[in-house]
Amino acid sequence: MLMAPGPAPTDLQTMRFDFDGTRRPGGFTSVLVGVVGSGNLEVLVEPRDDDRCAVEIRTSARGFETIWEAVLCNFHERHALAGVRLSINDMGATPAVVSLRLEQAAAQLEEVSR
Amino acid sequence: MSASPALVAGGSTGAARPHRISYAECSARERLALLLDSGSFHEWLPPVERVTSPHLAQLGVPWSFDDGVAIGRGRLEGRDVFIASQEGAFIGGGVGEVHGAKLAGMLRRALRDRPAAVLLLLESGGVRLHEANAGLIAVSEVMRAVLDVRVGGIPVIGLIGGANGCFGGMGIVACCADRLILSDIGRLAISGPEVIEASYGVDEFDSRDRALVWRTTGGKHRWLSGDCDALVDDDVAEFRAAAIAWMALRRPLTMASLEAEHALLARRLHEAPPGADALALWRSFGVVEADAVPDLDAAQVRALRPIQREG
Amino acid sequence: MDWQILAERLFGSNHAIRADGNLLHGSATFDDSDIAVIGTTGHVAIGFELALAQARLVLDEIARHPGRAILLLIDTQGQLLRRRDELLGINRSMAHLGCCIDLARRAGHRVVGLVYDQALSGGFITSGLIADACYALPEAEIRVMGIPAMARVTKIPEDRLIELSKANPVFAPGVQNYVAMGGVRALWSGDLAACLRAALAESPTDDIRAVDGAARGGRRLAASVVQRILRAP
Repeated sequence: MLMAPGPAPTDLQTMRFDFDGTRRPGGFTSVLVGVVGSGNLEVLVEPRDDDRCAVEIRTSARGFETIWEAVLCNFHERHALAGVRLSINDMGATPAVVSLRLEQAAAQLEEVSR
Repeated sequence: MSASPALVAGGSTGAARPHRISYAECSARERLALLLDSGSFHEWLPPVERVTSPHLAQLGVPWSFDDGVAIGRGRLEGRDVFIASQEGAFIGGGVGEVHGAKLAGMLRRALRDRPAAVLLLLESGGVRLHEANAGLIAVSEVMRAVLDVRVGGIPVIGLIGGANGCFGGMGIVACCADRLILSDIGRLAISGPEVIEASYGVDEFDSRDRALVWRTTGGKHRWLSGDCDALVDDDVAEFRAAAIAWMALRRPLTMASLEAEHALLARRLHEAPPGADALALWRSFGVVEADAVPDLDAAQVRALRPIQREG
Repeated sequence: MDWQILAERLFGSNHAIRADGNLLHGSATFDDSDIAVIGTTGHVAIGFELALAQARLVLDEIARHPGRAILLLIDTQGQLLRRRDELLGINRSMAHLGCCIDLARRAGHRVVGLVYDQALSGGFITSGLIADACYALPEAEIRVMGIPAMARVTKIPEDRLIELSKANPVFAPGVQNYVAMGGVRALWSGDLAACLRAALAESPTDDIRAVDGAARGGRRLAASVVQRILRAP
């Protein structure tokens, strides 16, 4: 579909993190929080069949893998979600904003899957 | 910011509400949820379907799962409406190939399914420059689709109240709607002040002079000029009430109506004082205390209107 | 191409097209009938007044010459970038022009646009792009914005935009890209009168540009997105 030359070094970075979770939410279709704006991100939560919490991030802010990992580990320690897929589109949010959106996602997930 | 039932705007009176919700501060989806009858929104091509832009990745710009616009159907005071809500935070609400096709597709479906009205929650810089040519054609397709829907007998109502305003090609599309509802925060124009300043200098348009920018392109000015049907406060409930009030009132697209529009615009051109001073223009409309306008609230500015909306 | 040379190549000496400043108007005899000509020249920027002047011509055409075809000649640097025009509501004036052209189409006038020199952005949306179909000369240029301005607004370096605009139809200003994307139906070269004849006979009255864009490969998603919406539950 893309007709341009291949990705340049300044282009988007994709990261994946997988966790083994324990707390499976009840039935739900999807949850979306946040907005892809400058300094912001959107988080889409969808169900998965297995017990993993699979996270995929696409970001314009390259080179922050260790910070993403730290934030996600922190999130997973708190929620240990299982059977969910988190898809994130990020435009340079700070770790604080990322954590906020993840918490909002978890809260909404709890609300809709009750 | 999730929309809890306590904050959903159910009433349609103009009375002061204990929980005023800023339309400008809401995301596109929050506006949708709060504007429509509670829980009535059904989305087409929702984020889970990941219909994203094919052009942004090569520029290092992340996509958004809905390409910056949510479309679907819902109910407004029990009546079926189709709706689109642009996310101004995503690349300034710029229209790209997919975004534009979502708008055009919703409008085409409206022509087929005939809802009571189409609501366009507009917040856009116009063509998404990252998609340049594709965006320009897309905006044109939206414009033709809006006119098709109107000629088909379905009213199209534009709501403008986001911080980014409605500019560029979308500023033209907005004027193709039957009715426009603006808040005092909303702006409606084609070229942004920065572009004008870059071309003709700061004396032509000081883009950092916010008061000047809003006097020139903001909701209060458009109301006093007769370019919108309603001026509301930055309040989702007021936008909802105005949409309900205006959704049945179409403007025909006939020779007679276009001649009347032409006469109105010709009169405006002929009677406007020279220069580009909004205060002078408002005084020429008969607004005696023009200087006071920027400090008045929407209700007070509404009371001042001397200009007819339609010729 | 100079508008007078263009007129000559289209109509020979069978035309009464005049320029009032940068506004073109008049008519020509073409294949035993008349065709109206409305447009601009001189890469003029379209402001409140010029949009209104063109709208007047379109309305007069509908009133006085029912069913007569209209050729829109497009040469513009885009919308006029003046505070006064924004204050007065240039967007409403341009929308009015667009609505008038749209009315002409619905009233049975075939409306064909031809970009014969430049077309930018706002100056194009309510003229060529709202005709039944828009055509262009091969040497014409259609763009949304100049690259330096685009770089300023998008914060993407000029170098990157220039590089992309060589290979990527989405950015390149050449009319060939607009053809590939369905925005321009075809390019006119050689026998321009024959091209006009074909355009008058074959231009669609429905907006099929997204379908063209998909078929030609320049805009592969738009049409399918519309179809998905029409089919969605």
